[in-house]
Amino acid sequence: MKVQLIQIAHARSGDKGDTGNVGVIARKPEYYPFLEKYLTVDRVKEHFAGICLGKVERFELPNLGALNFLLHESLGGGGTRSLKNDAQGKTLSSVMLRMELEINETILL
Amino acid sequence: MKKSIRIASGQGFWGDLQTAPVDQVRKGPIDYMMMDFLAEVTMSILQKQKMKDPKLGYAKDLVPLFEEILPDIVKKNVKVITNGGGVNPIACREAIFAVARKLGIKNLKIGIVIGDDILGKIDELATKGIALDNMETKEKLASIRSKVISANVYFGAMPIVEALKQGAQIVITGRTTDTGLTLAPMIHEFGWSPNDWDKLAAGTVVGHILECGGQASGGNFSRDWKAIPDLAHIGFPIAEARPDGTMIITKHELTGGLVSSSTVKEQLLYEIGNPKEYITPDCIADFTTIELNDVATNRVEVSGVKGRAATEFYKVSMSYADGFTAFGTLTYAWPDALEKASTADEILRLRLADLKLQFEEIRTEFLGFNSCFGPLAENSNELNEVVMRVGVRGYDKQSIDRFSKELAPLILTGPPSVTGFAGGRPKPSEVIAYWPALIPKSAVTPNVVVEEA
Repeated sequence: MKVQLIQIAHARSGDKGDTGNVGVIARKPEYYPFLEKYLTVDRVKEHFAGICLGKVERFELPNLGALNFLLHESLGGGGTRSLKNDAQGKTLSSVMLRMELEINETILL
Repeated sequence: MKKSIRIASGQGFWGDLQTAPVDQVRKGPIDYMMMDFLAEVTMSILQKQKMKDPKLGYAKDLVPLFEEILPDIVKKNVKVITNGGGVNPIACREAIFAVARKLGIKNLKIGIVIGDDILGKIDELATKGIALDNMETKEKLASIRSKVISANVYFGAMPIVEALKQGAQIVITGRTTDTGLTLAPMIHEFGWSPNDWDKLAAGTVVGHILECGGQASGGNFSRDWKAIPDLAHIGFPIAEARPDGTMIITKHELTGGLVSSSTVKEQLLYEIGNPKEYITPDCIADFTTIELNDVATNRVEVSGVKGRAATEFYKVSMSYADGFTAFGTLTYAWPDALEKASTADEILRLRLADLKLQFEEIRTEFLGFNSCFGPLAENSNELNEVVMRVGVRGYDKQSIDRFSKELAPLILTGPPSVTGFAGGRPKPSEVIAYWPALIPKSAVTPNVVVEEA
């Protein structure tokens, strides 16, 4: 089945220099394994093509049912150097949550 | 020893809700209030202000704030801890003492933490082999040395603990970690040992929850945001800390917003890197050990936090001047709003090229279409309106100034149905770039001074 990430997760994003961070949190504990399985570094890198120009890192926080992503080279240089309207990556969370995932299992939404 | 202390968050950044610290002091019981004022670029702005006037260089908003809350905090014995001293905690202290005199308040003790400002010591440090090279890019400091505007060491909780020990009611610091402002009263009240890593980590985690104000109590909340009650009167978060290192995150009764495990989770994940090593001068906290429980409405328990020994280094935050930017916007209306805006952008770029102006970068975004979604934005010509936003960056100030004069002409010499130039020509601003470095803890000493007036 096809799932839009916003159906199973919520998120907050921010910046550290030219790196954006996106925390993705499962809306229910039972959704977390799907995040771990399908929201991979490769899938995120592909989704952010043209926005994230550097590498993507993923960290797991199963205790919070959450993943933390670092999107390197995503903020036009970051800080006051950036010419982006969203120089602080505040809306990267929205970009993330719009992603569609193809899931093999059935999730009760 | 007290069974618990209540530490309130009064400000998430310089410019945050002005009523928040007043509400924290007046709308319910608290023992401490912490206020974070310093973002990365703030120190350089304050350093520039101090260069122009040696009595400036701190968060000036603190003066009217203390005019309002000083009688309350003295009466209720609420202690206030803030890093709003910026690059001039001494001047900040004098300004608050002046407020106290004006209000007839006597015997007020203010502590300051100084020694973080190493701008005047950079070359001396270099002779001792402390290079302050960029810890992320590994570049040598020499490449930007002549352009450095500010250099500050991030101190942790310990100097604040010392000031509290000496009886300070208000503690004003320069560059101190946001988390240290919250951790310090816990160490002071509960007598935690400086190597009780799990407890220090617990206080640090809670410091991270409080440091962005309303972001932990329903603000900027992406889950079910429409269900958050009364954001107009949002209550900022409060931590009830206990001696065993477990905490409750809550807010005052009868305030708006929401404290739940979900709002706390979003804040825990905000602007972190590797969650297993959240590094501060006080300890390394492991965010993968945090346990959250919704114990009651607007009450979330934080427990289980593990920590490790702090490193031998302080982080140094330096800033340097790195060219100029300018931004301008024009608004285009239906029909063909997006096509008009992108044609205007092409015309503008041709004119800039004809003038042979020197830029490092020109960036055009169409607000209402792609400024957040970039290449993911779906192509649509059916927009009611769209804002063309053009930014330029470069080292040649004259080119930046000239760019400012090229936007308005598009109104009469470009595509039709365009507006939104009431603000006048774009104003060039200086780029303040950030240079993070490390310094051995043994190379700098925080200086704590507590005075009464």
